[in-house]
Amino acid sequence: MDKFRMIFQFFQSNQESFMNGICGIMALASTQMYSAFDFNCPCLPHYNLAYGLGILLVPPFILFLLGFVLNNNISMLAEEWRRPQGQRGKDPAVLRYMFCSMAQRAMIAPAVWVSVTLLDGKCITCAFCTSVPLDTLGNASHPQLSQGEVQRVLARIPCKEIYTGQQLIANEVAVRYLRCISQALGWCFVLLMTTLAFLVRSLRPCFSQAAFLKSRYWSHYIDIERKLFDETCAEHARSFAKVCIQQFFEGMSKDLVAARCHLPRKAPADAGEAAEKLLGITDWGTMNMALKSWHRCKPPLHLHPPALSTGNGWAGEGQPPKHPSAPRRETAAYYSWV
Amino acid sequence: MDRFRMIFQYFQSSSESVMNGVCGLLALASVKMYTSFDFSCPCLPQYNMAYGLGIMLVPPVILFLCGLILNRQSLVMLEEWRRPQGRRKKDLAVIRYMCSSIMQRAMVAPVVWIVVTLLDGKCLICAFSGSMDPEKFVGFANVSTVQVQQLLAKVPCKDDELMRNNTSRKAVSRYLRCWSQVLGWSILLILIIAAFLARWLRPCFNQATLLQARHWSNYIDIEQKIFEETCCEHSQLFAHKCILHFFESMRQEIKLHSFSLPKEGEGAEGEEDHLQGITDQDQVNKLLKMWYYEKPPLDVSQAAPT
Repeated sequence: MDKFRMIFQFFQSNQESFMNGICGIMALASTQMYSAFDFNCPCLPHYNLAYGLGILLVPPFILFLLGFVLNNNISMLAEEWRRPQGQRGKDPAVLRYMFCSMAQRAMIAPAVWVSVTLLDGKCITCAFCTSVPLDTLGNASHPQLSQGEVQRVLARIPCKEIYTGQQLIANEVAVRYLRCISQALGWCFVLLMTTLAFLVRSLRPCFSQAAFLKSRYWSHYIDIERKLFDETCAEHARSFAKVCIQQFFEGMSKDLVAARCHLPRKAPADAGEAAEKLLGITDWGTMNMALKSWHRCKPPLHLHPPALSTGNGWAGEGQPPKHPSAPRRETAAYYSWV
Repeated sequence: MDRFRMIFQYFQSSSESVMNGVCGLLALASVKMYTSFDFSCPCLPQYNMAYGLGIMLVPPVILFLCGLILNRQSLVMLEEWRRPQGRRKKDLAVIRYMCSSIMQRAMVAPVVWIVVTLLDGKCLICAFSGSMDPEKFVGFANVSTVQVQQLLAKVPCKDDELMRNNTSRKAVSRYLRCWSQVLGWSILLILIIAAFLARWLRPCFNQATLLQARHWSNYIDIEQKIFEETCCEHSQLFAHKCILHFFESMRQEIKLHSFSLPKEGEGAEGEEDHLQGITDQDQVNKLLKMWYYEKPPLDVSQAAPT
């Protein structure tokens, strides 16, 4: 499954590729949702239009927002937008680029839903069955019914089993007519979307390509910088925790030695790594006390400098922070906006 | 199964990924549970509403509790909340952050269940068919009150002889289903808008505090894990030493009782070490009996005898 691993790694390589993957999955999920959804036209005069258009338009809106919610870049964008200027200038072109790229990806699943819905035809049939042109399609000899009655009869077109207006207009005729219109709309929509996408892609290099390259680079940079910062913080937290725990155990064994007034034990000849790893805790009572103390009295988030300089085999790099604030960033050379 | 191992490793890479993975699995499990559950409406006037609403609301509570239980961070959060202050201050912002992230993840599976239930429609039809206004439906308009209640209660049961080809039943069913689906989509829409606004607007408020809370909640998690690993390593060594002591004390006892001189320098030294001076069946039996009846004390502070 080497191929799969490569594909996986490719998608993971940066947020944009990852979002492309999510985007594809969402498009597939939207077709799956549509086929699993049990379309149920109410077949009542005023409800039909609301239901049909609702199913056509509300799920795409939900999918569009879901595309934004799943994209981690959205909080990055908002953060970049709202941060105080500090020592780094803000470039609105970068923000615009990020927003556009997010919006483009989020549009794919809704477009798929709308296309599938239109090509299938049930929504349009349900929504517009009361507007079928009776003059052209209706039977020549039909009983004179009031407007309300006609509406009620036509509203039942999608529900074949209760349709009672065969003399008014044949069910098959109406359904086929509406379906034909729906499919035509569907194909036009797909054509329109594809043409738009093609134009956007092919015409973009004609307009300010240099500015575009710049925005794309710096938006990737912001993404990578944020990821590295998170990784560095996690690494720092690991090292901090290791040293903190080590100092906790050392403190415990010192306390116990002081309390029992024993002479400090000299490490036996074969001490080596094993005795060190025992952390000075060598019996049941001591261990229980250590565990109790861990819960009752957690050590402060303050590492002692002297312990760090002795090579204990644990690579502790935690400098004592003055207060639990976010750790210092690694210094890096900041290049000015090119 | 390299693929699964890779996916597994990806999710294990950080505890947040693990939680997201569990959350997704629970959501899929809830969909699968719903599709395999055999919904059977009682079709009796008083029981319908209880059954319908029960199926719609009780499994989400169960799924919510499962989501809380399966999330490791909930234990960490509880511990951080209840521990005595000791020498380390407690930061309420961290506890709040952990609590909100746990709740958000635990809410996904119940919401998925409720939405799938509403979009499917059977629960609402079962629960509310008895509350329909019979005047609106032709087949039920001219029936006595008691009978109409019974008929309406039978609407969810398609296979009942009275109801099989009844057009009014289909009308009621369709009407309720339509409302149920509308409700389902509306709930989904409201939740997605709320999630979108929360993600979009959060950096506008207290972003620095949020970064701090997130860092320290990660730290607490990592610290707990490292503490457990340290304790595990410690118990390995402790156990090793304890058992060495035990074998040594057994060997000395056997030496005292059996007057056999220890064999010196014959054969490989390494093998002798491993045998710990216990070299025949009786000795081994005695050792095993001692191990069961008189376990050694948990104390390795004496220098380890070679």
